[in-house]
Amino acid sequence: MIRNDNIYTILRTVMDPEIPVLSVVDLGMITDVESSNDGITVKMIPTFVACPAINVIKTNIKDSLEQAGFLGVTVKLDDSIAWSSDRISAHGKEVLEKFGLGTPVQIDGVLDLKQVETVNCPHCGSPSTEMRSIFGSTLCRSIHYCNNCKQGFERFKPL
Amino acid sequence: MSAAIKNLLLKIADDELIIGHRNSEWTGLGPILEEDIAFSSLAQDQIGHALANYTILQKEFGEAEPDVVAYLRTEKEFLSCQLVELPIGEYDFSLMRHFLFDHSESCRYELLLKSSFIPLAQLAKRIKGEMKYHTLHADLWITKLGAGTEESHARMQAALNEAMPYALGLFETSDYEDELISTGVFVGENALKTMWLERIAPIIEHANLKMPDIANIDPKFGGRHGYHTEYLQPLLSEMSEVLDLDPTTKW
Repeated sequence: MIRNDNIYTILRTVMDPEIPVLSVVDLGMITDVESSNDGITVKMIPTFVACPAINVIKTNIKDSLEQAGFLGVTVKLDDSIAWSSDRISAHGKEVLEKFGLGTPVQIDGVLDLKQVETVNCPHCGSPSTEMRSIFGSTLCRSIHYCNNCKQGFERFKPL
Repeated sequence: MSAAIKNLLLKIADDELIIGHRNSEWTGLGPILEEDIAFSSLAQDQIGHALANYTILQKEFGEAEPDVVAYLRTEKEFLSCQLVELPIGEYDFSLMRHFLFDHSESCRYELLLKSSFIPLAQLAKRIKGEMKYHTLHADLWITKLGAGTEESHARMQAALNEAMPYALGLFETSDYEDELISTGVFVGENALKTMWLERIAPIIEHANLKMPDIANIDPKFGGRHGYHTEYLQPLLSEMSEVLDLDPTTKW
């Protein structure tokens, strides 16, 4: 019998290609793992609908599990669940800050301008920051400026 | 029933595909770096949303794969409204079109959250948050420029006056309106238009702009039935220029 714990251990080594320190598990992309005698099915959801990395991530999940010795791996997109930044784990948020990205605030299903603008600087921790642009270098990032340490930074958007 | 849903999916997807390509024309040309990035991101989102709708058409109704539907149809088969095909013009026009169109798209997906057609309701849930970024971006700039200098104000007012007949054309009804409404798939273009007007009116006022006299404007209809301006065909030709060299090639 295959233990799902072991599968998750492997999935924690599969990183988002655009943020190579954040795993697909910490990002909240994995919705279910089913194992049977026939093989393993991993269900996942993309972050942004237009995320260009989705096929690369699917392939990476399959390859990583197969390299670890699991057989019959299927990766399926799960249309029934909508991704939200609230799905990012506490560990994922720590990793994002260390990587130099501001972290998303909790939105609980309703997104407003205040949440989009409010972020602590990932460098010095100051809450005194300003949003410079709603869109950043990738779909999931916005551009901000810290009034305390006078540095620009990007932020993983709340969604 | 399936003809009605297919028509709805196709017009939503075609709008998104065409405005996505128009937005992408600002890549490298934006008036400031942040706006260059913004319009490029809007383009990426819109083309992604189009792909999601074409994918539903393929999965649920056995239509051809998304690239075939997007790039190998004739102009007459496109159900996009005329607003989205107009050239990008100057930045004021593109910004105003983005404001008018993206609010309509945002309202449409909010209404589709309750659709009896589950794949669309699920997609609406996924897209809702993304559209919030689009409309926040549009509102911010419409307000900044509308209430800005004399010149920026005049340009935004002119852009609004020019775009409005085309924006109203967005709500052209199809032959399937009653069926979509009675089956709970979609509340219909008229309900959408009412919601959209309520949504944009306060922002236009806040931006010191004057709402055109909607009741006395002839909307630019035709797009939803395949009748387009002279601007769509050249865009379609450009979009499929490389693919047309060899449609069977593997990428």
